[in-house]
Amino acid sequence: MQPGCHDFPANVQRALVDDDLQAALARTGAGFPKKRLEGIATLPEFDLLRDQATAIRDHVLEHLDWYLERFADQVEALGGTVHWCADADEARDAVLRICKEADAHTVTKGKSMIGEEIAINDHLEAHGITPVETDLGEYIIQLRGETPSHIVAPALHVSRPQVSAAFREHHTGLDRDRPLETPRELLSEARQVLRESFLAADVGITGANMLVAETGTTIIVTNEGNGDLTQTLPRVHVVLASIEKVAPTLEDATTLLRVLARSITGQEQTVYNTFSTGPRRPDDPDGPEAFHVVLLDNGRSRLLGTPAQPILRCIRCGACLGHCPVYGQIGGHAYGWVYSGPMGAALTPGLLGLPEAWHLPQASTLCGRCEAVCPVRIPIPDVLRHWRTESWRQGQPGGPPRRALRAWAWLTRRPRLYHLLSGLSARLLRWRAGSTGTLRRLPGLAGWCATRDLPAPEGKTFLAQWRAQEHDK
Amino acid sequence: MNGRAQVLAAIRHGLGRDALDGDQATPLAARLATPTPNRLPAASRGDRMTLLRRFADKMRRVDATLATVTDFAAVPNAVAERFPETGSARVAPHPDLAPLDWGAVGLQATFGPARGDDPLGVSRAHAGVAESGTLVLCSGPNSPTSLNFLPDRHVVALHADEVVGAYETVWQGLREGATVDGFMPRTVNWITGPSRTADIEQTLYLGIHGPRQLHVLLVGPDLSDLVDGNG
Repeated sequence: MQPGCHDFPANVQRALVDDDLQAALARTGAGFPKKRLEGIATLPEFDLLRDQATAIRDHVLEHLDWYLERFADQVEALGGTVHWCADADEARDAVLRICKEADAHTVTKGKSMIGEEIAINDHLEAHGITPVETDLGEYIIQLRGETPSHIVAPALHVSRPQVSAAFREHHTGLDRDRPLETPRELLSEARQVLRESFLAADVGITGANMLVAETGTTIIVTNEGNGDLTQTLPRVHVVLASIEKVAPTLEDATTLLRVLARSITGQEQTVYNTFSTGPRRPDDPDGPEAFHVVLLDNGRSRLLGTPAQPILRCIRCGACLGHCPVYGQIGGHAYGWVYSGPMGAALTPGLLGLPEAWHLPQASTLCGRCEAVCPVRIPIPDVLRHWRTESWRQGQPGGPPRRALRAWAWLTRRPRLYHLLSGLSARLLRWRAGSTGTLRRLPGLAGWCATRDLPAPEGKTFLAQWRAQEHDK
Repeated sequence: MNGRAQVLAAIRHGLGRDALDGDQATPLAARLATPTPNRLPAASRGDRMTLLRRFADKMRRVDATLATVTDFAAVPNAVAERFPETGSARVAPHPDLAPLDWGAVGLQATFGPARGDDPLGVSRAHAGVAESGTLVLCSGPNSPTSLNFLPDRHVVALHADEVVGAYETVWQGLREGATVDGFMPRTVNWITGPSRTADIEQTLYLGIHGPRQLHVLLVGPDLSDLVDGNG
């Protein structure tokens, strides 16, 4: 996927005036926070399990090389194949090679953020292979030629009439006058159309929520069952996974699963949690004959040992997106790449570099709701601050904001001058506001003032008032 | 340098160390050799009837239905009662299910993995987990995975003695049955309710790719007071 993070300010402008998107965001609103609260109410031990989940993820990252080798050894001992890929190009080529060796024409896909990261659909299409997304949300956006706007709910921005329109446009073999408005009608049609793809596919590609070092198992978590049909019916199962996804044991994976779904949909467990270990056994009546795991680094190893390392704990629940006031205003596409919301703002600069993604960590009030709801307690505001510091070192932001911040820094290191100037400007602003109490225009801030008024200061600074009160005592 | 060496070298560079030596790896190897459960929720504990009640209650909350039968011989009749309009069933080739008299209740039964158009599938679960009302199904000669996902309606038979409190009990049980190929079957499915999606305007609807209905038949001689007549 071609990144558009550098266009973030323009993306935001567009998002804020996009009526369809704003309606979708309003519809979602407090839905996820409410579901999460209901979900964690079923588990009194939730906070303790979050601590354990955090410790598991930290332990894995500190010993990532060792656990990955154990995972790969186990996969291979069972007749599976592991493809180690340093970057997106290598991963794309590995998947294409597998598909060509299998003489594949149609490929079904379960939902995979790594698939988005390496733009596998484009690559397969360019080589004459038809990829079909099977998660309903992913399928909808594939028909619409879009990318996911949420890591868990990829079609969050799409309305029901838009789904209907996309189906009518692409499902050309069906009766033109069929009713296709209600969710039931839409679901039945998607089920019917995608069923043909499931049965026809030569290769099934899924993501992996986790990898288990103990057994060489890959885990997917879905509510629809599409991932299971994707990986059970075709001859070949390809798993796309990033290197940080390992859990040491099945018990550790189980602890992570107890906090994963609760954090986003409030479910105690997602409907289908599926543990896949190697290809089908000789006497199995179904299942894939070949099992491939494509392991992708793509910049993650560069985050190890840096202040951004904790973002690699992420288990992709999506809780931080649903609780973020910024995401709630602009949706996912504005972030310009695969990952959006707070976890996207913390991860993307590490994978794409700050020249592309420096805007994203700036777009936060650092209110901390993301950290408060994270099941693995990632200090996302700290990571964002780390990226801000780094990008300042690299020269961003530049221009007037940089000069203003420089001037501010210079001033705050001279307290006497600072107090003198802040006292003067408080009185000046008070005087300018006159009887209205607000300032409608400020020199050099025409843009800001176009939609806002500044409430005028009281006329005295906080410290001046404090001193006066102390004096009165 | 091959891909594996390259990725591992990048990780070690980030972590600022070489590959772990024997002494450093010993505790990690021990963690894998003798896996220990982390904190088990209180909801995973209780005596037999408490766990069975919780299992039944949690299943209903995730929109599955549940009925009890005294033995496996009663399964075909229970299937026909729950889905009277269904004439045929694709049944797992399991010794508890395959020899039963399906024809006697008017069901045309065939055995094996699912095909694309089966209206009804019948599987035999490996275990049930009371904590969340979750079924555990393991792939194997008697248990085709496709049966869990392709048919419109899915019936799962399970003996009450196979209901445990926590998922961890299931893992430990599988480990104890290890063979030369390890202990994990190709596929272990945790199933908690029928298929669903919220991808259309974030509103939850049941029945997308997997079964639209999930019905559990709990087998045991002493379960009559478990279900208050709602099936």
